[in-house]
Amino acid sequence: MQYALIPLLPFAAFLIVGLLGHWIKERAHLVAVPAVLGSLLLSLATLRDVSGGETISVPLYTWLTSGDLRVSLGLSIDRLTAAMLVLVTTVSSLVHVYTIGYMRGERGYARFFAYIALFTFSMLMLVMADNFLQLFVFWEAVGLCSYLLIAHWYERDSARAAATKAFVVNRIGDFGFLLGLLLVWLSFGSLEYEHVFAQAAKLSGDTINLLGPIGGAWEVSTLTLICLLLFMGAVGKSAQVPLHVWLPDAMEGPTPISALIHAATMVTAGVFMVARMSPLYNLSPAAMDVVAVVGALTMVLGATIALSQHDIKRIVAYSTVSQLGYMMMACGLGAYAAGIYHLLTHGAFKGLLFLGCGSVIIALHHEQDMRRMGGLKEKLPVTYWTFVVGSLALAGFPLTAGFFSKDEILVAAWSAGALGKTLAVLGLLTVLLTAFYSFRLVFVVFWGPSRVDAHHADHLQEPSKTMVVPLVILAVLSVAAGYLGITGFLAPVLGSNESHHATPAAFGVMGTATLLGLAGIAAAYVLYVRSPGLPDRMAQHWQRAYRLSLNKWYVDEAYDRTVVRPTFSLADGLWKRVDVALIDGAVNGMARAVAWWGWLMRLFQSGQVQHYALGMMLSVVVMLSMYLLF
Amino acid sequence: MPDLNVQTSGFPWLSVIVFLPLLGAVLLFFVRETSSRWIALIISLADFALTLPLWSRFDPSTARMQFHEHVPWITSPSINYSLGVDGISFPLVLLTTFLIPLCVLASWRSIKTRINEFMAVLLVMECAMLGVFVALDFVLFYVFWEIMLIPMYLIIGVWGGPNRLYAAVKFFLYTLVGSVLLFIAILVLFFQGGHTFDILRLTQVDFDPVVQHWIFWAFFIAFAVKVPMFPFHTWLPDAHVEAPTAGSVVLASVLLKMGAYGFIRFMLPMLPEATATFTPMMVALSLVAILYGAYMALAQADLKKLIAYSSVSHMGFVTLGIFALNTQGIEGAIMQMVNHGITTGALFLCVGALYERTHSRMIADNAGLAGPMPRFATLLVIFALSSLGLPGTNSFVGEFLILIGTFLWSKAVAVIASLGIILAAVYLLRMVQHVAYGVPTEESAGHLTDLNAREMATFAPLVVLVFWIGLFPNPLLTLMHTSVDQVIAQAAPRSPVLTHQQSPTSHRVFSTVSRKPREKRDTQNRPVAPLALVPQTPNDE
Repeated sequence: MQYALIPLLPFAAFLIVGLLGHWIKERAHLVAVPAVLGSLLLSLATLRDVSGGETISVPLYTWLTSGDLRVSLGLSIDRLTAAMLVLVTTVSSLVHVYTIGYMRGERGYARFFAYIALFTFSMLMLVMADNFLQLFVFWEAVGLCSYLLIAHWYERDSARAAATKAFVVNRIGDFGFLLGLLLVWLSFGSLEYEHVFAQAAKLSGDTINLLGPIGGAWEVSTLTLICLLLFMGAVGKSAQVPLHVWLPDAMEGPTPISALIHAATMVTAGVFMVARMSPLYNLSPAAMDVVAVVGALTMVLGATIALSQHDIKRIVAYSTVSQLGYMMMACGLGAYAAGIYHLLTHGAFKGLLFLGCGSVIIALHHEQDMRRMGGLKEKLPVTYWTFVVGSLALAGFPLTAGFFSKDEILVAAWSAGALGKTLAVLGLLTVLLTAFYSFRLVFVVFWGPSRVDAHHADHLQEPSKTMVVPLVILAVLSVAAGYLGITGFLAPVLGSNESHHATPAAFGVMGTATLLGLAGIAAAYVLYVRSPGLPDRMAQHWQRAYRLSLNKWYVDEAYDRTVVRPTFSLADGLWKRVDVALIDGAVNGMARAVAWWGWLMRLFQSGQVQHYALGMMLSVVVMLSMYLLF
Repeated sequence: MPDLNVQTSGFPWLSVIVFLPLLGAVLLFFVRETSSRWIALIISLADFALTLPLWSRFDPSTARMQFHEHVPWITSPSINYSLGVDGISFPLVLLTTFLIPLCVLASWRSIKTRINEFMAVLLVMECAMLGVFVALDFVLFYVFWEIMLIPMYLIIGVWGGPNRLYAAVKFFLYTLVGSVLLFIAILVLFFQGGHTFDILRLTQVDFDPVVQHWIFWAFFIAFAVKVPMFPFHTWLPDAHVEAPTAGSVVLASVLLKMGAYGFIRFMLPMLPEATATFTPMMVALSLVAILYGAYMALAQADLKKLIAYSSVSHMGFVTLGIFALNTQGIEGAIMQMVNHGITTGALFLCVGALYERTHSRMIADNAGLAGPMPRFATLLVIFALSSLGLPGTNSFVGEFLILIGTFLWSKAVAVIASLGIILAAVYLLRMVQHVAYGVPTEESAGHLTDLNAREMATFAPLVVLVFWIGLFPNPLLTLMHTSVDQVIAQAAPRSPVLTHQQSPTSHRVFSTVSRKPREKRDTQNRPVAPLALVPQTPNDE
């Protein structure tokens, strides 16, 4: 089965490299790279196969049966899936190649390849799932790979903490996802997409009393509840507010991982899921509004934080948070095709930006602070030019892929009612911020005087071919993806909003966005090239706003105080006060009481006749007096 | 007099499986210390090998007791030597015979004194545990149930840690209190149920609801101590901390299953009305166990205590599934019993291997083992992930089915139970973050050796099972279907239930699920001929 081979090739690579890693060692890429390239070719072939609009389904095997529950694993490929397949395999292949150079000589070279192959397998299975449980299984599996890869440099405290944080925060989202899945099964009696989507409309009148267990009455539409619970999973996986906190920390992982997992593919799984579930979301306007608003908040929050960070990977990470917000907002406003379009173009240009960061980091021997960079443009020309292309696409510069996909979202938002107009305004504001921070990055890192450590400065050079070629390919894709007619291709699955395009309002939005983008770039130029002292003065002047941005809105600190520490002190208190003192105290107390009673009784068994005689006498007296008194 | 509802086979498979370890234990008194390990290993492997043909001969299409053996033992009162397995006990029998060879391997070097005696006690333990799972006569069951205490007491008390006497006595007395009540309950069942100790007959007697309530409390305490359910759990951390590795493995993997097995085998079918009445209480206690156990695990600095409290939490899922009283819940509970046996047993083996090297079970003393002990670290991560219920590993299947079953019973309960899954990730990953990853302490980094071939041979089957059950749970689930359906049919109250504290919606859902198998059972179960020597024609499954 050629379709089954798409995920199975990377899986085989994982098994081979994973089990024989200590023997394969530095040759791991010879197994992993061909496997993923094979998947890429098969994915491209699949794209052709589904272009007629048909859905390919490949049943694999029955996973578990219990009572009337029956879950199978299977592959289901339609146009949306095929587009995702191509994205995942493309970025994964390029990242595999890039890794050869990036991880050369590192400990755990084979382990790294094993994990990214496992990730690729899981991600492919996730997008090809034909039922909710399979989606969930691989949803968690990609989270596991993310965990393992963030912890790749496990000697670092920060890497270990970040890995655990990523897993736990995702688990919180998955808690909702799992409940949503249970509710789907209870409501539809099935977990198959096909069945559920076909029956969804029948359920639109059903409600659930949320306060039933405590005697209240708060009727909520079942479909809305399902959508919101599933969305909780997406909030975790796609780093939406308020569960976005894990993604920036996840940058502790090696940079190829940041590009593949934490920018291009895994984190977009939440957006993909919402688009996949569009037949459900479409029936629940309330849930869609929530999705849109959460997306918009994430978009603004990510962009405002990215303005002031110094770690180049963190800037790009917050930018990812922000861009994921765009995609989610688009889905929430019903423009699924626009959201997925942006997902695909973002996969190209954000992957590019991360890999660009990676080659800067390698060139500077693992330096990530932009304050110790500068003037790299001449030393790293290919990295520089590709990075500029990626930044232009991110800023929505005309004729790049990002321009088309972002405008698609903004235009769709503008034409989606009052809420849509508000969010579109926020989206336009974010365009300005995005252009500013992405070119701040370009100017500070690549322009101006060099602030590089003296002993790295002399032998700065462009990294190896295996790292440069992926950059160039992604740069080409960051432009070309805008001309492939992706929305038209996705329209049969996700619907389209072509009709809004010709209106004057649409041109207005597009024009405004372009102008704002250019303004952002110009502002960054003024601040960081023309008058370099200005940013510091501004930070002094608006200190409170600057600190809020620099400290990431204090979200981590708030969680630490309200969730993390209370949980551990509750655990500790419960253990010491309840478990040891109360429960075990009662158990040991009972034993002591028995022992004490035995000791008391032993006093009476002294073995001396006088004592027994005394006891007898006393008893007789007591009995007699009782007899006389009563 | 063979009973109804059983299926015999020519060869006394079960007797051989149960008593082969006992024979081995006797043999161990006559051999030299150097060869005792090998003899114990061979005997326990042979026992495991003997259960495998049973698997292929096991007929999953019937709920009747299979491989039935029946020998009159005492005529007045009628007590019989009666054995048999069905889809509920068979997975546990497999689990037991599978784990004992691993326990022998784990004790290979860590037990240094009285090796013959240790191996003999371990094999006696195996005999008693298998006996509990296959006994079909209450007196026989009780004999095995009590015998089980003695080897465990010895394992903790003789080969245990510094505080072993306290832990051993606590374990013994705690469970003995439960056993005494169990014995009283058995006597009441005997007199009220038509003077029989036959477990299968007793499941068909309609006991008076008032009697049921009294027996319920006796059963409840006896089994709740074993599970252990909150608040009867405090013996467990002590016992685990003091027990040698093999003791911890047997304790966690098999002994804790006895209580849950008792609930499924006796309480549900014999006391349907009382079960229905007290289900809310049992569910509430299960929820407390899940969350409380997880919080306790969060506060521990000792690896064994952490895993012990995580057992409380995981066994909370088991009791929750059982008292959801539907197919998914109970099948999930049995799956979870097997999975907990595999995963928690493996985690205790990990701690044991670690303790042999660093002589400390404290998380703080065992940091950064991925560097010096990569194989060990990989295994620890795998088992921790299995324990936190990662999909693709064994535990997910059980927990998912339990949550499905619970969700059918009450959505709110399922929501609270799911919180336990988040907490499991927190306490296990915190442990992994420190022990597997992290920076090794200076004194540990130098002289730590990775797992040797014997240890890898101990872990390898467990790893295979973790993924095999996780990816292909159906072969195990298939064993259970009909037997679980029968239990659910029997657990459906036969007279109007006294109280019902469920919300109308959840009750509606609950009854639609449980009624279906009940009707099926009525046509399938009753007319079975008394002498069922001929295998019944397969059902239309």
